Amino acid sequence: MKSMANPESVLKKTIELPYTWAMGEPTAKFLEGLRNKKIFGTKCLKCKRVLVPARKFCPRCFVNTKEWIQVSDQGTLRTYTIVYYSYPGQVKPPPYAIGVVDLEGADTGFSHYVGGVDLSDPAKAAGKIRVGSKYRAVWSRKREGNIFDIEYFTLL
Amino acid sequence: MEKTVAVVGTGQTNHGKRFDVSWPELVHEAVERALDETNLTMQDVDAIVCGSMPGMLEGTSDPHFWLTDGIGAYGKPVMRIATCGSTGMSVALTAFYHVASGLFDTVLAVGTEKQYEGSSQGVISQMGDPHLIRPFFPGAVAGFATQCVNYVSKYGLKMENVAEAAAMISVKCHSDALDNPYAHIKAKLTVDDVLKSRVICYPMRLWDCSPTSDGACAVVFASTKVAKEIAEEPAWVKGVGYAGDEQFYGDKDMVDWTACKTAVKRAYDMAGVMNPLKDLDVAELYNPFTYQELLWYELFGFCEKGRGIDVARNGVTTRRGDLPCDPSGGNLCTHPIGATGLIRVAEAANQVMGRAGNHQIPDAETALAHAMGGLMQFNGVMILGR
Ligand SMILES: [Zn+2]
Repeated sequence: MKSMANPESVLKKTIELPYTWAMGEPTAKFLEGLRNKKIFGTKCLKCKRVLVPARKFCPRCFVNTKEWIQVSDQGTLRTYTIVYYSYPGQVKPPPYAIGVVDLEGADTGFSHYVGGVDLSDPAKAAGKIRVGSKYRAVWSRKREGNIFDIEYFTLL
Repeated sequence: MEKTVAVVGTGQTNHGKRFDVSWPELVHEAVERALDETNLTMQDVDAIVCGSMPGMLEGTSDPHFWLTDGIGAYGKPVMRIATCGSTGMSVALTAFYHVASGLFDTVLAVGTEKQYEGSSQGVISQMGDPHLIRPFFPGAVAGFATQCVNYVSKYGLKMENVAEAAAMISVKCHSDALDNPYAHIKAKLTVDDVLKSRVICYPMRLWDCSPTSDGACAVVFASTKVAKEIAEEPAWVKGVGYAGDEQFYGDKDMVDWTACKTAVKRAYDMAGVMNPLKDLDVAELYNPFTYQELLWYELFGFCEKGRGIDVARNGVTTRRGDLPCDPSGGNLCTHPIGATGLIRVAEAANQVMGRAGNHQIPDAETALAHAMGGLMQFNGVMILGR
C-alpha cells in the first residue's frame, strides 16, 4: 500500500450559509427577561422541577410547563472548564471559561461564561475558580434581549 | 438472550490521515475488507445501514448521497443513522434490529468519518440550541472537561490523583495501539509525558484527548439461518441497551449519568450479566477522553462510585488484568467519530471470534462494546458472546 504521507490531490472550498432561527415564545420571553435583569424558569407540575432556561415542555415528563417563576441571578458553581484551544467560528478567542451554575430557585444548571479571573496560566486560574462556591451574574450594561445580556458569572 | 443475531465478520480501514482516497473510496475499503473476511459478495447482502456525524464535518449536507456507491447501496434497502458520538453503536443496533425483525438474514453496517477534510470542533460546536447554549459548548473536549471537573468535585477527589490515573489510561491505550494495525495514533508514553502535555481545555491535556481521524468500519450481522455458514465461530449478540438524555447539560447529573446507567442495565439484564468483572472477558469502552474511562469503570459496575482511580492503578483493565478495557487502543488512539462506536463493536466481536490478532485477549468469550455521544445525550451498549 502506498504511503499515507504522499502528496495528495485536494480541492479547497469554504461553504457559507445564512440562517434565521425561530426562538419560540418561551425563549423569546426568557431573553426579554434577561433584558430586564431577570432570569425566568418554567415549572413542570408533574416532576415539580423549575427548568431554567424557561421552556415550553418538560423533557422528562413530556408535559407542558405551567408556571413562570423568577429565579435568582446567583447560585452555586457546579462545574467549569477553561478553553485554551481554538477552532473556526469560535465565539471568542481563547482563553475563556464556561461553567454550569445551579441558580437559587432552579432545579437545573445554567450554562454561561465564568469570568473575573486571569486565565493565562491554567494551574493558577484553576485555583481561582471555585466549584461549590457562590457565583453571581454580571449583567451587561447594554442589554439587547439575548443570552449575552449576562456577561459572565463571577465569584460572589 | 438466545442466539438470533450474530456478527460474522468485520472490516476496518487503516485509520489516520487519508488524503490518498476520497470519502466513498475510504468507505469502500472497509466494506471490501468485511466482504473479504466473510467470503460474501454484495449480492449476498440483504440491507445496509450506514451512519456518520453531521455532514458538515466532511462538507456535505447529505453524506449518504455521496457515499451511496461506496457502501454498496445499489438496489438495496438502505438507511442512514446519526446519534452524535454514539452513531456507530446506533448503526450496529439498527443492523441488529433489522436481522432480529426476521425480515433480513444478512445486513451490512457501515460507519465512517473523514475528519481531516473539515474542522471537527468547528462543526461540533454548532450543534446545540443557538439562542441559549451554543456559545457555551466550545466543542466536545470542553463539554467533557466540564464532566470531568464535576466528577472530581462530586466525589471529593483530588484533581492531581485523577489526572495521574487518567494519564495511566493514556499510556495504556497508546501502547496497546502499537499492536493494532488499524490504529491511528500509536506511542510509547510515560505518565509524565501526559501530565506535561499542553492543556486543551482544563483539566484535559493533549494526551488525554483522542485525535480526529479519517476511517471507516463495516460489520456484517447475520441471522441464525446463515451465521454458521458464514463464520465458524460467530459473535452472538447477547444483550443490547440504549438510552437518550436531555439537551441542556445542566439539566442532568453528568457524573452519575442516568442515560449511561440505563443503557448498561438494559444490556446486562438481557445478557444475564450479574458481575461484570467476572462475566465479561474484555470491554471496548468509548473513551475519547482519558477521564471518561474512569467514569465508565464506575457506571459499568467495575467498581464503586468515585473509585475509578483504584481500577486504573491496580491494573485490572490492562491487557493482562481481569477485565482488559480497550486492548485496541480505543477511541483515544483512533477516532473517526461516525465509525468509532461500530469499531468498538467490531473489536469486541473480533475478540469473541478469536480474530483480534496481536491484541487478542486469550479465550475471550464475552465482550462488551459501548458508545456515547452528544453533550451527554446518548449511550449505547452491545454485549457479544459465543
Ligand atoms: Zn417534569
